[in-house]
Amino acid sequence: MRLVDETCIGALERIPVGEGREVDLGGLLVAVFRTRSGSVHALEARCPHRGGPLADGLVDSTSVVCPLHGWRFRLQDGAALVGDSPTRSFAVREGDDGNIYVRCPAPASDGLGPAESPD
Amino acid sequence: MSATGVAQRERLVVVGNGMAGVRTVEEILRRVGPEHYDITIFGDEPYPNYNRILLSNVLAGTEDVDNVFINSIDWYDRNGVTLRVRSRVCSVDRWAKKVFTCDGDSAPYDKLILATGSRPYFPPLAGIRSSDGKLLGGVFGFRTLDDCSAMLDSVRHSSRAVVIGGGLLGLEAARAMLARGLDVDLVHGSGDLMNQQLDSEAAGILRSTVQQLGITVHLKTKTVAVIGTSRVKGVIFDDGSNLAADMVIVATGVTPNVELAVEAGLTVQRAVVTDDRMRSLDDHSIYAVGECAEHRGQVYGLVAPLWEQAGTLADNLTAHNPKSVYLGSKIATKLKVMGVELATMGLKSATHEDDEVVKFLEPKRGIYKNVVLRDSKVVGATLLGDLSKVAFLLQAFDQGRPISEERHSLLFDIGSPDTQRSVAELPDDTQICNCNGVDKATLIAAVKAGNRSVKAAMSATRAGTGCGSCRTLVSDIVELACGGTVEEDPSSGYYVPAIPLSKPELVQRIRGMQLRSVSSVFDALSPGVEDALSKPGVASLLRTLWGGEYEDQRDARFVNDRVHGNIQKDGTFSVVPSMPGGVTSAAQLRRIADAADKYGVAMVKVTGGQRIDLLGVKKQDLPGIWADLDMESGFAYGKTFRTCKTCVGTEFCRYGLGDSTELGVSIDQRFKGLESPAKMKLSVSGCPRNCAESLVKDVGVVAIEGGRWEVYVGGSAGSHIRRGELLSVVGSKDDVLRLVGRFVQYYRLNGKYLERPYAFVEREGIERLRSVLVDDSEGLCDVLEAEIQASVDAYSDPWSEGDFPVTPNQFVRRIPVK
Ligand code: SRM
Ligand SMILES: Cc1cc2nc3c(=O)[nH]c(=O)nc-3n(C[C@H](O)[C@H](O)[C@H](O)COP(=O)(O)OP(=O)(O)OC[C@H]3O[C@@H](n4cnc5c(N)ncnc54)[C@H](O)[C@@H]3O)c2cc1C
Ligand code: SF4
Ligand code: FES
Repeated sequence: MRLVDETCIGALERIPVGEGREVDLGGLLVAVFRTRSGSVHALEARCPHRGGPLADGLVDSTSVVCPLHGWRFRLQDGAALVGDSPTRSFAVREGDDGNIYVRCPAPASDGLGPAESPD
Repeated sequence: MSATGVAQRERLVVVGNGMAGVRTVEEILRRVGPEHYDITIFGDEPYPNYNRILLSNVLAGTEDVDNVFINSIDWYDRNGVTLRVRSRVCSVDRWAKKVFTCDGDSAPYDKLILATGSRPYFPPLAGIRSSDGKLLGGVFGFRTLDDCSAMLDSVRHSSRAVVIGGGLLGLEAARAMLARGLDVDLVHGSGDLMNQQLDSEAAGILRSTVQQLGITVHLKTKTVAVIGTSRVKGVIFDDGSNLAADMVIVATGVTPNVELAVEAGLTVQRAVVTDDRMRSLDDHSIYAVGECAEHRGQVYGLVAPLWEQAGTLADNLTAHNPKSVYLGSKIATKLKVMGVELATMGLKSATHEDDEVVKFLEPKRGIYKNVVLRDSKVVGATLLGDLSKVAFLLQAFDQGRPISEERHSLLFDIGSPDTQRSVAELPDDTQICNCNGVDKATLIAAVKAGNRSVKAAMSATRAGTGCGSCRTLVSDIVELACGGTVEEDPSSGYYVPAIPLSKPELVQRIRGMQLRSVSSVFDALSPGVEDALSKPGVASLLRTLWGGEYEDQRDARFVNDRVHGNIQKDGTFSVVPSMPGGVTSAAQLRRIADAADKYGVAMVKVTGGQRIDLLGVKKQDLPGIWADLDMESGFAYGKTFRTCKTCVGTEFCRYGLGDSTELGVSIDQRFKGLESPAKMKLSVSGCPRNCAESLVKDVGVVAIEGGRWEVYVGGSAGSHIRRGELLSVVGSKDDVLRLVGRFVQYYRLNGKYLERPYAFVEREGIERLRSVLVDDSEGLCDVLEAEIQASVDAYSDPWSEGDFPVTPNQFVRRIPVK
């Protein structure tokens, strides 16, 4: 098994309630969501359909809907509720210090190049 | 990968990354998951697997090329399948069990599948190839995405196309060229179009239908040569006549790609001969599937049989069902030609003297129906011009059970709710969607699992998302599975899916319980179930009901309304500043130009709504570009008032009867940004010539003689075409503003979420609207006017948020890691 890194992405408040925001973890783009029911979740930021930005999707307590064509993913594990294929999910927690920590495969050994993005 | 000492997985190599090969892999994965085989696919095309069938639609421009891909590169990765694109396999060493690519790579296999498909057959016409053996410029086969792109490139500087071959593919290609604006001649050697599938009578009717579309058909015409030195100039026929052409598309059949198999010493006749398990006859670790396989003397050129072969092959390769055998397929086809409805199955005419033929002809209307029965079983059918019986006949044909019906009912539905019955009778395993291989049972299961709308069932199963020819059937089945319609699908009456209340009920509760935020509505009315897709509808309603007292929660908004731009396919946004009445100025245009330069705007476009769109702006640049433009939002992204188009009117036009520009600008300024169930597009024309298209707008105003104005509502010319209905004729611009205000507010209160005025006006009826809004029959007008005034007063320009974001990181593309 490869080692996993836990990356601090800063205070919970950086993400508005009920929304998601995208972070770049050394080339791996992750969408972190903060639901109204108080949980945090992290999914791969690019929709497996056509690369839509999941962090811009509509979120409820259990799912996020991709803003481009409506594929819908379970926040818990990335399962596809609407659409053909699931997306990756990453373990995430809110630390005692109020910061969010995302665990994902060490970027260097992940083999994923920096994802394509409009900036 | 196997460092842990786990036994080596068997290696499966597939040659051909096309429809049959990848389908087989999908079937294997479905049975045993990705762990069972170590799978490598070689494909000589540069793409992941795509739906070849759709190329006809891409060529015709009715399908976007992005939609043809079946599996993304990501799909291969996720399923542990190694894909080698642009890799042509040149030889197979059966003894070493290895395949070799033309550029020297090799891969060992335990099991090998040949799925190399076929390629276009080019008859040996004089001049068709240049000296290097390549096709003469402008001559095309039609098989691959690259063929399709090459033709589309060529179309731009061509005006005449000749299509050689009047079969399915030739007809589809001809129709596509016609759709692209070329003059099209279709040349066919036989005396009958689609002579493999149609008898002469049907072919005759098809011919006139096709000619009516505008394609010139030449039958019994043999092409002998292609003229042109570097590019094609035309074709010559055997009678010495000729036709000029800038493009020649050859669709005279296909040749299976069997060279590999021949070289490997496998038995090949027309194609690679297989047994009933799709194994080659000579080597039991080599299989063939798809158009390169010959089974019991048949080589199929349609996908449905390939799906069946792929299923059997996957059963065999996974020991899923070791007894599984393929016994051949019955074939049925549909022509994908816009403007021609044609389906055929099995025999085209009687072949035994006892065969019974039931037939109906109406050449004038292009209708031909023919059913061939043997021992009362349907063994063939042709339907041209009217496909209402196709589901029923396909089922009877597939099942092969005797038909008891009176014969006329095979061709017509006389006074019976036809499709319902026939759809109900379809056996569960009938394949409904031939592009994605979805059968009736799967579709019904998806509906039962909660996908109760046609759209949901389609996206859950992918049925109907290919060439689209089965969509009617899909919706009939969804309807059937829903058991009728509305009763079984209660949410269709709800305002939003997650709250079991109609709009009036919901409005009553919201007012009664004083609910002012989206989350409080969910807490109170849909305990415990927050639903992402229901949030924007609730937000829109609350804003209409509470105006300034509404408690805004930004997560309830779709991203467009969070950042005040329309999201585009790559995650950037468009910026459409307000430009009331389409009137701008040199100074404004200069600012727009400067902003476009500064922010690297991908395209500056004049919209259909008379303003200017700056496309491809990055999220983080939005505040900056808004500030530089110094214009207000045009709300081109919202479910709001959008624009009011105008014409030049009395000020300049010699026909003008009213100052339409001025009125349009006033309307725009008054109603700008107003939240509504769906977007509202208005217009004002200065005279009944209607240059601003007022009769097809949500609200359209037309100046008439005598200083008066006609007000039309419920028009549309988007996905629906509807002529607006005259609500009233009023005497002044102020009267127009007042009446439009009443209508807009009434619609805001009573329209269902996403219901455009064209649907709303239809539902309410113009008489009722006139009585409520003009004659004030219910005494509502004062209230409506007061409410709309309150909403107008509550307007603020969302682009001012650029300087004062309301949520953390509102315009940040990506938050930096600390
Ligand atoms: C920009 C523009 C095309 C253009 O370049 O001219 C446009 C662009 C879009 N239209 Fe449109 N429509 C545009 C004028 C029209 C018009 C013509 C008009 O406004 O006079 C129509 C027909 C009139 C009508 O609306 O009835 C039109 C009928 C539609 C429809 C069909 C609506 C219907 O119910 O019939 C949709 C789909 C929808 O709303 O669900 C749509 C949806 C869209 C969307 C928003 C699709 C989307 O959700 O992403 C497009 C956004 C592209 C983008 O990424 O920015 N667009 N669209 C036009 C903007 C006008 C403006 O200044 O605001
Ligand atoms: C324009 C068009 C419209 C059609 N419309 C319909 C329709 O409406 N209904 C219908 O049922 N059918 C239709 N068809 C037919 C259908 O697309 C084919 O029957 C089907 O694609 C055959 O699948 P296949 O996998 O056998 O071959 P293909 O899909 O052609 O796949 C074979 C693949 O193998 C590759 N290959 C070949 N040799 C090698 C090699 N040596 N090494 C590596 N790769 C190799 C080829 O490049 C190709 O990518 C249509 C076909 C076309 C071209
Ligand atoms: S702009 Fe309108 S018509 Fe054009 S592609 Fe987008 S939605 Fe379709
Ligand atoms: S990109 Fe996400 S649904 Fe299409």
